[in-house]
Amino acid sequence: MDAESGPTRRGEWWAGVRALAPMLLGVAPFGLIYGVLAVGAGMPAWLACAMSAIVFGGASQMILTQLWAAGTPAAIVATTVAMVNLRHALYSATIAPALAHLPRRWKALIAYLLTDEAFAAMTRRLGDDPVQRRYRHWYFFGAGFALWSSWQLSTLAGVLVGAQVPRHWPLDFFLPLTFIAIIVPGLKHRSHIAAAVTASGLAVLCFGVPHKLGLMAAALGGIAVGMLLLPRQSGPAGKERAA
Amino acid sequence: MSPWMLLGVMAAAGLATYLIRLSFIAVEGKVRLPAWFRTALQFVPAAMLSALIAPDLLMRDGQLAIGLDNARLIAGVVAIVIAARTRSIGWTIAGGMATLLVLETLI
Repeated sequence: MDAESGPTRRGEWWAGVRALAPMLLGVAPFGLIYGVLAVGAGMPAWLACAMSAIVFGGASQMILTQLWAAGTPAAIVATTVAMVNLRHALYSATIAPALAHLPRRWKALIAYLLTDEAFAAMTRRLGDDPVQRRYRHWYFFGAGFALWSSWQLSTLAGVLVGAQVPRHWPLDFFLPLTFIAIIVPGLKHRSHIAAAVTASGLAVLCFGVPHKLGLMAAALGGIAVGMLLLPRQSGPAGKERAA
Repeated sequence: MSPWMLLGVMAAAGLATYLIRLSFIAVEGKVRLPAWFRTALQFVPAAMLSALIAPDLLMRDGQLAIGLDNARLIAGVVAIVIAARTRSIGWTIAGGMATLLVLETLI
C-alpha cells in the first residue's frame, strides 16, 4: 500500500502500449496489404474485416484468403490456417507461467491477444521480480490491445483502399512479396534455407495434387529436411538415443 | 463458397488458432512441449510460407516457367535479395512491386 511509486494498472497498460508502438510500423502495412488483397480476391468487405477479429493473425489471414480464392475445400483451408498458427503454441508455453495465478478471464483475454508482435513485447517482462509483477498482466493487455486495435484499423483502411484500386493492378503479388519479407530474415541457418527450398520444390512438384493438399505435403517435407540438417543440440533433450 | 460458408471457415480457423494460443496457458504451464515438436515448429513459417508462394513465382498456367520472360520470378528474386540485404519489410515489398511493374511494361 505504501508503494506510491510502484506500478499501477493504468501505468502498466500504457507501458504495454508503448512497448508495442515501434512494432506498429511493421504491422500497419501488413494490415493494409491484407485488406487490399482480400478485397482484390473478391471477398466481401465485411468478411475481410470480420476475419481480422476472428482469426487475428497476419500471414494466416492472407493464406486463408488465397486458398479461398482458389476454391479450396473448407476443411483444408481451416486445417492449413491452423497449421500456420501452430507456432503460437510455443508462445503459449512461454507465457503460461506468468499467467498461472490469474483468473480465467485474464487467461482467456491474453490468449486471444497472443500474436507474434504482442508476444515479443510480453517476453520483455518475463524476468520481473515480485513487486514489478503485481500488475504485469495489465502490461500484457496493453501490448496486445495496441496491436489488436491497429490491426483492425489497418485492415479497414486496406479494405477501403482496395476497393478503389483498378482491377488490372497486380495486387495479388503483394502476397509473395509479403511472405518473402517475412521468410528471408528468418533464414538464419542452412537448415532453415533447406526447409524453405525443399518446401518450394515440393510445392511445385505437387502442384497438380487436388484440393491444395500438396501444400501440406510440401510444408511437412520442408520441416523434415530442416530438422535433419539441424545440428544436434547439446542440451539434455538432444542426448537422448532418439536417432 | 458462399459468404456464410466462408464465415464458417473463418470461425473454424479462428477457433483452432485461439485454442492453440490458449493451450499451455489453460494448463498453467504444467505440460511441456516435446523437444522434437519445439524444433519442428521453428521450421513451420519458412516451410509453409515458401510452399505457398513458390508456385506463384516458379510456375505459370500450371507449367514450370523458369526463365527471363517470367516477370514474377525475376521480381521475386529481386525481393529476396533486397530482403536478405536490408531485412526491411518496406523495401522488400516496394522493390519487388516496382520491379514487377517495370518488367510488365517492358515484356
